[in-house]
Amino acid sequence: MSEQVNKARRTLIAATSVVGGAAAAGAAVPFVWSMFPSERAKAAGAPVEVDLTKIAPGAIEVVEWRGKPVWVIRRTKEMLESLKAAAPRLSDPESKASDQPEFAQNEYRSQKPDIMVMEGVCTHLGCSPQLKPADAKAEMGADWAGGFYCPCHGSKFDLAGRVFRGAPAPTNLRVPPYEFVSDGTLVIGAEKDKKGA
Amino acid sequence: MSTRLAALWNWFDARMPSVAEQWRIHASEYYAPKNFNFWYFFGSLALLVLVIQIVSGIFLTMNYKPDAALAFGSVEYIMRDVPGGWILRYIHSTGASAFFVVVYLHMFRGMLYGSYKEPRELVWVFGVLIYLTLMGEAFFGYLLPWGQMSYWGAQVIVNLFGTVPFIGPDLALWIRGDYIVSDATLNRFFALHVIALPLVLLGLVVAHLLALHDVGSNNPDGVEIKKAKGPDGKPLDGIPFHPYYTVKDLMGAVVFLAIFAFVMFFVPEMGGYFLEHNNFIPADPLKTPEHIAPVWYFTPYYSILRAVPPLFNSQFPGVLAMGIATLILFFLPWLDRSPVKSIRYRGPIYRWALGIFVVVFLLLGYLGVKPTTVWGQFGFDAFFLDTKDVATWVARLCTILYFAFFFLMPWYTKMDPVKPVPDRVTA
Repeated sequence: MSEQVNKARRTLIAATSVVGGAAAAGAAVPFVWSMFPSERAKAAGAPVEVDLTKIAPGAIEVVEWRGKPVWVIRRTKEMLESLKAAAPRLSDPESKASDQPEFAQNEYRSQKPDIMVMEGVCTHLGCSPQLKPADAKAEMGADWAGGFYCPCHGSKFDLAGRVFRGAPAPTNLRVPPYEFVSDGTLVIGAEKDKKGA
Repeated sequence: MSTRLAALWNWFDARMPSVAEQWRIHASEYYAPKNFNFWYFFGSLALLVLVIQIVSGIFLTMNYKPDAALAFGSVEYIMRDVPGGWILRYIHSTGASAFFVVVYLHMFRGMLYGSYKEPRELVWVFGVLIYLTLMGEAFFGYLLPWGQMSYWGAQVIVNLFGTVPFIGPDLALWIRGDYIVSDATLNRFFALHVIALPLVLLGLVVAHLLALHDVGSNNPDGVEIKKAKGPDGKPLDGIPFHPYYTVKDLMGAVVFLAIFAFVMFFVPEMGGYFLEHNNFIPADPLKTPEHIAPVWYFTPYYSILRAVPPLFNSQFPGVLAMGIATLILFFLPWLDRSPVKSIRYRGPIYRWALGIFVVVFLLLGYLGVKPTTVWGQFGFDAFFLDTKDVATWVARLCTILYFAFFFLMPWYTKMDPVKPVPDRVTA
């Protein structure tokens, strides 16, 4: 059998197979391509306005921006104090490896110390953590000074969205681009957004 | 009448003899070992559940709407207004959990009797592929009711792919078809759940059975019955699958269906384990439920994911550990170096290893449905304690033992003293 192989014919079969394989791979392109976000999905995502006067000290407001929850918190003096105490137990206290606009890479992770704006999306696998105030010590441990707890995989964050060590989340919560258009009005997603969604 | 029927059959057989031939190959002349025990019910039961899921699924699609605005309502509509709709849905939801119960027991049988060992490696590999496809099928299906658990479960699982270095974010975007889990995601998961994966599953089941019937079934003694054949060329310890095992499996199916019907009619939610309470709340992209856990059949892997701390500023190691925990199953036939198949003739080391593995798997599964604070916190502090949650540390220990079972297998199965294996099956 093998001595009767027609080499020219075998070469032709191999060449045809390669071309056929390339054609099959090419034919797969539209199928794979069709699964990327549509033009309509890409177009969604305008900036949103938040009325700050309605947020009481210590309170949190959840607004939807690009389908994601964004938290706006008016932090009290005690809340800001708690950030210093938390620092030694954090993974990334200075937010060096975390994602935020330049203006927010400071000890408060915000433009104005009292107004904290961050995406309520855990950097681990995208659940939305819950506010656990300082009086949730029974549940969160005696050294809890207020912050956020992710119900999915147990990551803990302080009131600036900085992640505690020992949690599965690798980085601090993201801070979206935002700007204050007046004293009482905040616009989320309005600043020149370099990083996209 | 009977002669007319016979004539009709002869007419058919003359034109398509392969039907009778296949029947002989796979049933009336497929010789299976005569010593099958209780553990050998679960293969045929898995096939039965597959049929149940396909049939109930077809009828559910007649009223379900794969649209983020309508999906939750259409499921409630099926439950309340469609005649018998609640039965169909409970059949399908009970069937999903039953599928995993049966498949886990079927896999455990393989581990007890070394059914994956030579020459049945391909049978095992196809089986693991079926298991993985089933996990995908369960995951895609779970998004469809568009409840809170559907939504956040999908969010987490899709983001698992987002943690893959370099291509992750684009990969997650491609899977979702949007920047968040949305209508586009629901629509494609529906397509995958009702057509793509069922087709794959059917193909794999055929491959699994063909591979099995080519080499023949293993048995509780791990003895090859083809080695002892009678003068007629048939294995001395084999009996035809039909009628002997068709009747035995029918008996198993009756008992199984009785249990199935009990669950379906009296405890369809199984206390929140088969249908989670939070899934009766419509999906809310802004609020994750207080306590979130996957459905019970995923929880051992979920525990592993949760136990691994982030390394190098990335959560990928945990995801990788979870991925390896499932993919390692493929390599079982080559990790096991024992000269014997069945646990009956293995030494104490493998018995202990398998026993510990089962405990560890169940413990991981249990911890996966509970918050990490379930067993409280350590009362002391130490430099290495990145978390004081006792349950997290237990899960870490279990994760190490889970991997040790597989990774150390080439050594401990080799040094394990074995007993002599008889030439013929024993009972």
